Amino acid sequence: MALMASTRREADDRSFPLLIYVLIPALALGLQSFVSLHFPLFATLDLPLMVVIYFAMTRRNPAASTIGGALMGIAQDALTRQPLGVFGIAKAVIGYVAGSLGVRIDTESHGTRLLLTFLFVMLHNAIDWVLVRHLLTEPMVWNWFHELLRAVINTLVAVVIFALLDRAKSRE
Amino acid sequence: MESFFSRYKNALVLIVVLVAQLLALAIQVKRPAADSPDQRGVSLIRYVVVSVVTPPERWLRYLGQGVRGLWSGYVNLIHVHQEDAGLKAEIERLRLEQASMAEDAKQGQRLQQLLDFKQHYIYKTFPAQVIGVSGTDQSQTLYIDKGAKEGLAPDMPVVTADGIVGKLKDVFDHKSLVLLITDRTSGVGVTLETTRTRGILKGSSFGEMRVMNVSPDERIKPGERIVTSGGDQIFPRGMPVGTVDRVVPDPDRDPWVDVVIHPAANLSRLEEVLVITDVGEAASPQAERDLAASEAEGAAEQKRASDVLSERLPGRMDAKAPADTNPDMNADNTGENVRLMTPPKPLHPDQYSPDATPPSAELTPGQRHAPVLQGTEEIVAAPPQRKPTAAVPAATTERDDDEADVPAKKTVPVTGTTSKTVTSASGAASASGGAPNAATTIARPAKTTNGSSGTGATTESGAARGVTATAGEGFGQRSASSPGAGDGVRTPPKTRVIEDGPVSAPVKKKAPEIVPDDGSKPPATAKPPVQKPRPAIQPGEQNSQPALTTPPKGGR
Repeated sequence: MALMASTRREADDRSFPLLIYVLIPALALGLQSFVSLHFPLFATLDLPLMVVIYFAMTRRNPAASTIGGALMGIAQDALTRQPLGVFGIAKAVIGYVAGSLGVRIDTESHGTRLLLTFLFVMLHNAIDWVLVRHLLTEPMVWNWFHELLRAVINTLVAVVIFALLDRAKSRE
Repeated sequence: MESFFSRYKNALVLIVVLVAQLLALAIQVKRPAADSPDQRGVSLIRYVVVSVVTPPERWLRYLGQGVRGLWSGYVNLIHVHQEDAGLKAEIERLRLEQASMAEDAKQGQRLQQLLDFKQHYIYKTFPAQVIGVSGTDQSQTLYIDKGAKEGLAPDMPVVTADGIVGKLKDVFDHKSLVLLITDRTSGVGVTLETTRTRGILKGSSFGEMRVMNVSPDERIKPGERIVTSGGDQIFPRGMPVGTVDRVVPDPDRDPWVDVVIHPAANLSRLEEVLVITDVGEAASPQAERDLAASEAEGAAEQKRASDVLSERLPGRMDAKAPADTNPDMNADNTGENVRLMTPPKPLHPDQYSPDATPPSAELTPGQRHAPVLQGTEEIVAAPPQRKPTAAVPAATTERDDDEADVPAKKTVPVTGTTSKTVTSASGAASASGGAPNAATTIARPAKTTNGSSGTGATTESGAARGVTATAGEGFGQRSASSPGAGDGVRTPPKTRVIEDGPVSAPVKKKAPEIVPDDGSKPPATAKPPVQKPRPAIQPGEQNSQPALTTPPKGGR
């Protein structure tokens, strides 16, 4: 049962050490780049997106999540050959939506995380496709099967990673 | 106002962030060329991010290499010696092969210089380690651990031993971003090796490569190799790109097709790559050295081959050769002919042998010194106005050597074997020597001729017909008009049959054997047709006897 934001914030207000906010995004970017070199299928996962979703739903601060998502996306863009801002815009939107929903609904349960993560991955890919296809006018193909499969895989992996990151929380 | 910002703080932050990034995107997309270098701010952001991300990757890679080196260098050393020997042999073989190929390349370069086409060879490469990739399948890029400090620059081609990989897009101090050929924004000029079809290779979102807008060609089969064409001015010409996987129709351009390519290099498992830092119009120094060594080795082999030939085929002045027991008197010490060659003496002299023919001053007109293979001649008292017109394949008459000097003799080559002369008008063919084949084929122009026997058209066999023709139309007409045997007014014509062969049965005269001057075996000659001996023609029957009943060959 989802709780109201005021009730949840008063009932369960936890945060992370500052180092976690730096190390986890950097580790996500590094693993995404390094592991994909040896396991090409690993590129199907989007670890930076999972980090953005997790911190946004956990912190329940839409503004901070928006900026954090934008920075994460720009860093991810910097590792690619595409212009800076494509992933930045998509992850900023995801951060804002996830932070806004985290204020209003319970994001601690695995079922809610599964559903929200699936929707966020699909939304992220849709924004990315719109930007690339119509703003950059590059020939990017939207394949429903491919996108759904990617969303499912990311959702399953994200639930496991979210459970691991929960252990890093520090109750205030 | 304060309440507005505090109330819509989150939305305003989102709007500001999105607008800022959209503006940044617009500025970046507005660049004049897609492949132009990034702006300073964008490059700075990329540099910061890459500097943060790639050091851990580099450490992880070094750590992995260390562990792998410990395992392979100190633990797993089974079969090292065998591999070492095999690799050395392989190196020797490859060096020889490279020398041969360098020679071919040099020849090709000379030919292309004639065509005023500059061929660029890989002159210098720089090895680099792959330390990371973009991490998304939408951007087919990777990072290498070498950058501008090592002499790398944008647009340098990146290759492996298997084939091309991509080109440098962004170059930092010690890192570089490689745009793979599977990226959807890349383009490589390629040529299909067999069909020589040119095209542009482009990537796709899912890492698939296609040669776009190729004219349909049934010769394009899966497995055909694809090499670079050099038209993009980035990749050297002739480098392997991949093989044809399949041909699919282009949905946008109906008559054209796309050729899906399987890359030659394993782009998903790259660890070490080579960056081509310099290309020139000449081969590399190592290739030049190999070429020189190959040429020297080839010259030595050629010299050895000539020595072997000189040993097997000694020259005219071979000092080691044994003394000549039968020296050539026509040649001097140098082997040159110093006097006219004289033919050797024949083993079986005949009329064709040298010095067998008397001098021309001693010759008599009409006198025969050498028999012909076969022939007849007609001796007519009155000077004939027409010459014989047809050859006689076979004729046998009686011999009369006393009339050999009859004027106006005509000799026609035939295939007989004896030389005989008969008086055909009288019909009193007197057999001399009782030759069994004599007096049989004298012309019988009377009843059997068709009146125009001058043309030789009779019902007799070929031999008789030939004789009739040889006799001429005067003889035929006369015979037809005066069939009687006693024509004492006009001198009957005489036909002299010259045959080459035995004169008579008792005296077996062997046909002269023609021996070539060079002493070789004479060629086989066709035997003359065998004719049955016929009884001698009795006087008085010369003109009354019907023609030969033997039907003429050929239906005449």
